[in-house]
Parts: sequence; structure tokens; C-alpha cells
Amino acid sequence: MNFTYTILIPIIPFIIFLFIGLMNSKIKPSLAASLGTGGMLISFILSYYTAFLYFFKSVKVDGAYQKIIAFNAEWLHFTDKLHIDMGVLLDPISVMMLIVVSTISLMVHIYSIGYMKGDDGFNRFYSFLSLFSFSMFGLVVATNIFQMYVFWELVGVSSFLLIGYYYQKPSAVAASKKAFIVTRFADMFFLIGILVLSFVTDTFDFITLTDTTGSAITQGGSILFMGMSTMTWALILIFIGGAGKSAMFPVHIWLPDAMEGPTPVSALIHAATMVVAGVYLVARLFPIFEISAPDALMVVAYVGAFSSLFAAIIATTQFDIKRVLAYSTMSQIGYMITALGVSGYGGHEGVGYMASMFHLFTHAMFKALLFLGAGAVIHAVHTNLMTEMGGLRKYLPITHITFLLACLTIAGVPPFSGFFSKDEILVAAYHHDKVIYFIQMFVAGLTAFYMFRLYFRIFWNTEPHYHHTPHEAPFSMTFPLMFLAFAAVFSGFIPFEKLVTSDGLPLDLHTEWEVAIPAISVGLIGIIIAFVFYKKESSIPDKISQNLRFFYRWAFNKFYIDELYMFVTHKIIFNGVSRPIAWFDRHVVDGTMTGIGKATEFTAKSIKGFQSGQVQKYGFVFVSSAILLAIAFIFYWFY
Amino acid sequence: MNILSLLVLVPVLTVAAILFAKDNKQTRLFSAVGMSIQLILSAILVYMYVTERQAGNMDQMLFVKDFVWFESLNFHYTVGVDGISVAMIALTSVIIFTGVFTSWEVLNLHREFFISLIILSTGVFGFFISIDLFTMFLFYEIAVIPMYLLIGIWGSGKKEYSAMKLTLMLMAGSALLMVGLLGIYMHSAPDGGPLTMNLLEIAKVKIPLDVQKFLFPFTFIGFGILGALFPFHTWSPDGHASAPTAVSMLHAGVLMKLGGYGAFRVAMYLLPDAANELSWIFLILTGLSVVYGAFGAVFQKDLKYINAYSSVSHCGLILFGILMVTKTAMTGAIIQMISHGIMTALFFALIGMIYGRTHTRMINEMGGLMKVIPFLGVAYVIGGLASLGLPGLSGFVAEMMIFVGSYQHPDVFHRTLTIIAITAIVITAVYILRVVGILLLGPIKNDHYLELKDAKWWERLPIITLILSIAAIGVAPFLLVDLIGFSLDPVVEKLLMIH
Repeated sequence: MNFTYTILIPIIPFIIFLFIGLMNSKIKPSLAASLGTGGMLISFILSYYTAFLYFFKSVKVDGAYQKIIAFNAEWLHFTDKLHIDMGVLLDPISVMMLIVVSTISLMVHIYSIGYMKGDDGFNRFYSFLSLFSFSMFGLVVATNIFQMYVFWELVGVSSFLLIGYYYQKPSAVAASKKAFIVTRFADMFFLIGILVLSFVTDTFDFITLTDTTGSAITQGGSILFMGMSTMTWALILIFIGGAGKSAMFPVHIWLPDAMEGPTPVSALIHAATMVVAGVYLVARLFPIFEISAPDALMVVAYVGAFSSLFAAIIATTQFDIKRVLAYSTMSQIGYMITALGVSGYGGHEGVGYMASMFHLFTHAMFKALLFLGAGAVIHAVHTNLMTEMGGLRKYLPITHITFLLACLTIAGVPPFSGFFSKDEILVAAYHHDKVIYFIQMFVAGLTAFYMFRLYFRIFWNTEPHYHHTPHEAPFSMTFPLMFLAFAAVFSGFIPFEKLVTSDGLPLDLHTEWEVAIPAISVGLIGIIIAFVFYKKESSIPDKISQNLRFFYRWAFNKFYIDELYMFVTHKIIFNGVSRPIAWFDRHVVDGTMTGIGKATEFTAKSIKGFQSGQVQKYGFVFVSSAILLAIAFIFYWFY
Repeated sequence: MNILSLLVLVPVLTVAAILFAKDNKQTRLFSAVGMSIQLILSAILVYMYVTERQAGNMDQMLFVKDFVWFESLNFHYTVGVDGISVAMIALTSVIIFTGVFTSWEVLNLHREFFISLIILSTGVFGFFISIDLFTMFLFYEIAVIPMYLLIGIWGSGKKEYSAMKLTLMLMAGSALLMVGLLGIYMHSAPDGGPLTMNLLEIAKVKIPLDVQKFLFPFTFIGFGILGALFPFHTWSPDGHASAPTAVSMLHAGVLMKLGGYGAFRVAMYLLPDAANELSWIFLILTGLSVVYGAFGAVFQKDLKYINAYSSVSHCGLILFGILMVTKTAMTGAIIQMISHGIMTALFFALIGMIYGRTHTRMINEMGGLMKVIPFLGVAYVIGGLASLGLPGLSGFVAEMMIFVGSYQHPDVFHRTLTIIAITAIVITAVYILRVVGILLLGPIKNDHYLELKDAKWWERLPIITLILSIAAIGVAPFLLVDLIGFSLDPVVEKLLMIH
């Protein structure tokens, strides 16, 4: 089957980016919007067509889905074995990601027509969206790890541009800088990891790297460096890169600030697509993690579990609705990462892998929905703070219903999609590591609690005095909400275990009720507590935060991780390294050079007096030198 | 006539034409026409070179011409090019072309300014086409000396001090270089027979190791001073800060590349044993200067100083790649020369244009310029992204080739240094974004900035040319790799033979 046309999926947004970017102010906003959306619609259709062909029509070998190279061309030649290719690799996870990216991206394109209407930089916004879509498509279809790195950097810069979209607002500028530098810092480890990995395996190519019977996977296990094999080191370094993009502890600090960007951007980049790149990266390299570096996989599992707990605790204390959602994203991504960490390769062992991809899919739908819903709320009341909201269900009926559906989904209430995907993750954890299982179970309860805290605070509770009566968003904004609500509710019925598995073979799964029932109950308890606390004005939450003042303050201030970073970057790096280097350069290095010049000048000055041009002086020097010489000779000869 | 000699002749004729120019307008017209011809000529040269190679010409140098100049002193004028020099010539003609346009509105002594500028470029072109030590040194000096006048007369700030410092330090480099080159000449025929200054002839003989080890530091540091080798780089921040725009462009864009190119062509190629023995010292120096320069840039407040320190970091990477002695890293180093040349020229052009509008180069006195001068602002951001190594722009290709090439080195020492050098990519992002954030983004700081005008056509032309070059290399790096790849083989083979 010929899939060469898939190259168009990334190319179309790229051309649109160039066109809108170059024409910028010369074309009408309506043209920019329709071009961007139209182009994305083509990519969307092509993606679904590809998925249909791939999953239902392509040739399977022994019942397993194959990896198909649809297109590949050498782009940069390093050595005969190491070269960056640009290509399209189709396998279950990349095809699934095509669906996720094109769906969310299309919805955000449509949504933004209404949300960004009348904004100065409307065209710029659409060109950046296209740039991002291009980069994200390029990332998911990468055939080799270096191509992934190339697009990894490109999504990073699109994210930077979009977070800093309101570039005259200092907080947005600071947030975009922070996001870029923190992820760049993580990317440095990614790059070093790629270098180490390629040094050991002599290839960048994904198919060669993840070939379970190939040579790449068995190499590097023997060379030890500080007690761990080189391969483990390489994969941990690569995972740090993934953790940076996916906002895992401790390189998560950029994500909450990234909410300074326009809300559709948060939905697209910081909830559904770019932030799951780290999950995707680990999934992409999963066989090599599982077979030749189980230690690295354990690191992955614990980083994910800790991050999901950490973020969920912070989320319960925040008041900015977008920040609550940001921490929720971090927590849910932690789930996906953990699921990979506790998974095995192949057969029933691989349920974690499948669950992770499943959750990635459902999460993309419901989290994008939550963000777009939050955008509609912010659009209506012009504030981000939940303390200034309340009772909005009357004014925003569509937003209210879709938001409620999304909350039920994320809380894991059956039969919504979140229940299925989260349940599989818990099953995987249950059979692998009980500590992680209990952490995840607790986080499930917290999730239900903070999501319904959010829901009740926005749509119920006491209604503050609004300056303008809030009104429902236009159809361009409500349509994506309804579409995504549909996806969030029903995507749980997609038979993922048949389509996306670690080895391409279908799994046979059935709900394990001994895991599902506690999970559902925990979720319901969370919802009930939130109902009691926040359905109406209540004094209980304040009392609790008073009693747990110490802990509450820590969580509210995000455990002071930002302050720690500020201390390290400003006090230590900026003042402790950079300033001394600047001083050293000016005064020591340059001082030496100037010193040589000064010394020359000084010598010249001190001896130039000898050439005064006065005959008396010359005569005096002549005679006195002669006498001195004579005395010297006399002494030398006679004594 | 040989096309290579034309490359030297055209600037000379342009200078002659400018001498007869009546006014400012004619001067700049003649310069623009001359340098456009030069640009076309180098495009033709690239084309001729590629066709010749495709026709199967396997000579190391093409279009070779040899004239005897002073028989008794054995001075020859010998020219010839390989892929690397062709690439450098193309770079030079782009920079001088754009440099002329950015100097469109030089106020005083315009004729003398353009004459000095073009003489300087003559020296650079001559340097890149010569394959004879004497010719090379001659053109090298022609390129370095007009710099004194250009900074001393048309500069700003502490211009006399900077001009003097720059010239003296580069002259010190020349002195070291002269010792090195004469030493190589004296040993160019160890088995007896006539001495020669021809690079290709010298490359065939084996100079004794102890002699090589004596001469290598002279030649490498001699060229290294011009290539901003730590700790001999301090002329660069002051020199750039004081130099007028076009001079900064040409100097950082091309002249500093003479250092890297010379170190590659003479020190590494002619003294390979010593290069292998002594490279570790210089690897440490350059590896550190990559990080050191980047840290230095983080703390600066003057736009030109930031760019000068950034150049120290990027040029450190050039020498670093050259010293790594793997073909990939060396290819990367050559691409980095070109990439950095264009990038830094773009930066200096933009800084000049911004300075011309705001009359300050201190970043904290400016802010929010993106709103008022979007063209220059966007160009600055693109330049910044290229500088921090964004894929799709030239910097990424060069850096990745150097890093991957260096990391393939079998020694742990080299790989460790590579990791140290890689940390610079984060620091680079810090200083680039810091400048962009303060200078271009945020609210407009000063009300009179609201009246600033965006770029005029003679400003847009060079900027667009430079950005297109950056993007072309970034998107289709394989063209450049193919152009220079073949020519690297003799050098790499010679260096690896010793192992």
C-alpha cells in the first residue's frame, strides 16, 4: 500500500505558515483564518484516511501491525551510518498521534476564529498555529531520533512564540522565555543522550533501534559508567529531554507560566499535543527501554508517579482556572509516563503501554475540551480567577454541559472515556508495583476533587456582580466544544487494545473489577467532597486550609520550586558565574593585554629622555661613561 | 583571464572607479555595482566549480595559476580553489555586498570609507584564493591594515583606543605567523632540493616532528588571534563596539574566518603530526571559550558587546571542530564559519540600524521596539533563533555536525569536552532571549520611539539577502556539505594517517 501522500500532512501547514507569515499584514484576517483552517482540514482528512487505511486495510504480518516507512530522504550526512533523514514512519502510535494532533489542531483553528476575533496579531496567530502544527506532525512521524530532535526544537520555538503572543505584556514575555529556556535545558540532555546512544548503537534510525532482535538493543549493556550501563545513561538522558517537554518534576516549572498564552494555544500545545511529546518519545523507544535498560524504565515510572501526585496536590490549592488545568495536565501526563514505566513488552505484560497511549488519546480530547471551555468562560467574564466567578451555568449553557462532561470524564466516571483509559493504567500499576498503584489511586481521588472544585466554583456557588452580563460564545467556539465533548464521552469505546499495543499484536482485555470499583469509589468520594465544599458558599475549605496552614502554604506556593530555580539561576549562575566571568575577561585577560601595552609605553617613556638632543647632556654622558669604564678597566687589570 | 584573479581585480577596479566618483551618490553607486558584479562572479565560480567536479576533475585545487613574482626570493603568486575556499568566497561576496548597502548613508568622507572597505575585501578575496604561503600572507596583511583606518576614523566611542588595540594584537599575530610561515618554508624540502612556498608542494613532504612541534603554536596562535582564540580574543569586543556597522559586519563575518581558515589550511594541513600531538591544549582552550564566551555575553548591556562575546563563543566552536580531526566535525566547522559569518553580519547590520534610530546600544535603555520597527524586530528574532541553533536555520546544521562529529571521537577526553561545549546551547538561548525580551518585547519604553520609521529599501535588501542565506543553508544543508565534503578528504586523511 502506498502511503507516500502522508508527506502532505506536515507540508500543507508549513506552506500555509510561510504564506501567512510572509504576507502577514497584507492579507485580511478572514483569509488567514480560512487558509489556516482549510489547510488543517485537509491534513485532518488525510490523517483520518491514513488511520483508516493503516488500521483496517494494511497488510499485517502474523496478525501484528507493521512499521511502514512511507517516505524517507537523507537530509544531513554525518557519517555513513549516522545521518539525519526526513521521513514519515507509520506505526500504530504515530498514526494515533496524527489523529490526535489533527483533530485538536483543527478544533483550535475553528475555535480561534471566534476567540481571537479583532485581535491585532490575528494573522500572526494563525501563521504560528500552522508552524506549530507542521512541527508537531513532523515530530510524530519522525523516522529517526534526530529528525524527532529537529522537530522537537521546532515545537519548542512555536510554543515560545505562541506563549509570548501578547508580546507587549511583560508577564507573557517572561513566561515564554522561561518555557524556552527550561525546555532547552532539558533538550541539552536529550541531545547528549542522542549522542551517547548513537555512539553505542551507531544508528539514529528508530526501526533499527527498536528492533527487538537487532544488534542495537543488545549493545551498550556491557560498558559500565558509574555503576550503570551506557545504554541506561543514554536513555535516562533522553528521558530528561522528554520530561522537559512533558513538564515532569523537576523541569515542570514552565508549564503553569505558559498559561500566559492565548487559551486556544494552551488547549492545543500545553494540554493535548506538545506536552505529551515526552510520553510519545518514551513510547517510541519503548522496546529499548524495556529490554536493555530496565533501570531507566524504573526512573521513568517513579518520576511520572511523583509528578502526578505533586501536581495534583498543587492543583487543589490554585485559584487561576487555567493554572488548575495546567497542573491537572501535568498530573495526567504523570499518569501516562508511569503507565509506560510499569509496562512490559509484548502480550499481557504490555498493558501499561497500551493504557498509556489510550490515556494520551482520551486525555487529549477531554483536556482540550476543558481548556476551550475555560477559554469560553474567560471570554465571557474577562478574568482567570475562580473567586470572581460563580453561577455561570445560566449564562453559558453549552459551555456548562460540555465542561461537566469533561469533568466527569477526567474523574473516571463510567462509561466516559477517562474511566477506561485510567482503569487500564491502574491495572498495569496494580500488577507491577503496589506503591505506584496506591499513589495513582490517591491521585485519582484528588483529580476528581479539584476538577469538581473548579466546576462548582465556576458554574454554581454564589454569583458575583458581573459588569456585563456574561453571554454564550459564538458558534465557532461552541462547535469545537460539542465535537470534543462527543469525542471525550465516546472515545472510551475505541478498541485500543486491538489497535495500539507494544508489539502490534491485539490484546484480549476485560475490566478487572477489583481495580475498577475502588477507582470509581475514590472518584465519587472526590466529587462528593467537592460538592459539599463548593456547591454553595461554605466555610469548610477555609477552615481546613487554616488548620493545615503550613502544608497549605507550601502547596499554594507550588512547593517553592520556582523560588529555588530563581535562586540557582540568578544568584548562582548569573551572579556567581556570569558576572565573575565578565569581570575576569575585562580585568584579567584584557588587563594582561593592556598591561603589555602599558609596559611597552612605560619603557619607552623612561628611556626616551636619553635622546634629548642637548649636546651638553650627551657630552656629560659620554665623559662620565668613559670615566666609569676607565675605572672599571683599571680595577679589572690591576686587582 | 583566470576567474580567480578576476575576483581580486574587480574590487581593485571598483576602487579605481570610486576615485573618479563625483559625489556621494556616485561613490555608493560604483561600490554597489562593483560588489554586485563580485557577487555574480562568485556565483559563477560556484557553478564552474560544481560542473568541473561533476565532470570528474579530481584535482585537489582547481583553476590553478602560478606566476613567478620575484625569482630570487622565490615569491610566487599562486592561486587555486577547492570547495572550502569557494564556499568562503561566496560568503565574502555576500557580506561585502550587504555591507555596501548598510553603509548607504555614511555621512563623512564617504569616498575614503568605501575605498578602505573595498580594499579590505580585496585582501580577503586574495587570501581565500591563494595557495602559496607568500601570497596568502600578503593578502592577509592587506585585509588587516585598512581596519585601523576604518575604526579609527569612522568608528564611535573609544575609537582610537580600540583601533590601536585591535591593530596591535593582530600585528602580534602576524609576527607569530611570519615566524611560523618562514619556518615552514625553510623546512619545505627536508631531503634537499629547492624550497617552496606552495601549499600543495609542502603538503607532500614530511617535516620533522620536532620542527613541527616548534612551528605549530606559532602558526596556530598567529591565525587563532584573528579567530578570537581564548585568551587572545579581547581585541574583539572593543574593536566591534567601536567599528562602524559595515566594518563590524565584514570583520566578524569574514575577517575572523581568516583565522579559522588559515589555522585549518596551514597549521593543521601542513603540520599534521604536531596538530595531533598538541591539539589537546587548544581543544581545552577552545572548548572552554565556547562556554566562557557565552557566559560573558549573558552579562553584557551593550548590543555590540553581546554580539562580540557571542562571536567568541561561536568562533571557539569553529576552532574546536577543526581540532577534532573527524571529517564530520571539520565539515561542521567550515559550515559554522559560513553560518556564523552570515549570522553575525546580520546582527551587526541590525544593531547598526537600530542604533541609527534610537542612538543608543544599551539594551536597558530600549524596550518594545517590535511594535514600532517590526521588520527589524522580526529580523533580529530570526537572527537570534539562528544563533541559538534552531533547526531550519544555518546554526543548527553547523553545531550538530560539530557535536556529532566530535562525539564520534574514540577518546573519552574529546567526548567529555564535547559535552562541555554542548552546555553552551542553553547559555546561548539565555542571552539571546534576554536581549530579545528586553530590546524588542514588552511595553514601549520611550515615547519618542513611537515616531521611529521601519527599514528603508537599502536596509531591507541586505537584511533579506542575509536571512535568505541563513534559511537556505538551514533547509538544504546537503548542498553545502556536498560542496565542501570532497575537499576535506585530503586534510583529514593526512591527519588520520598519523594515528
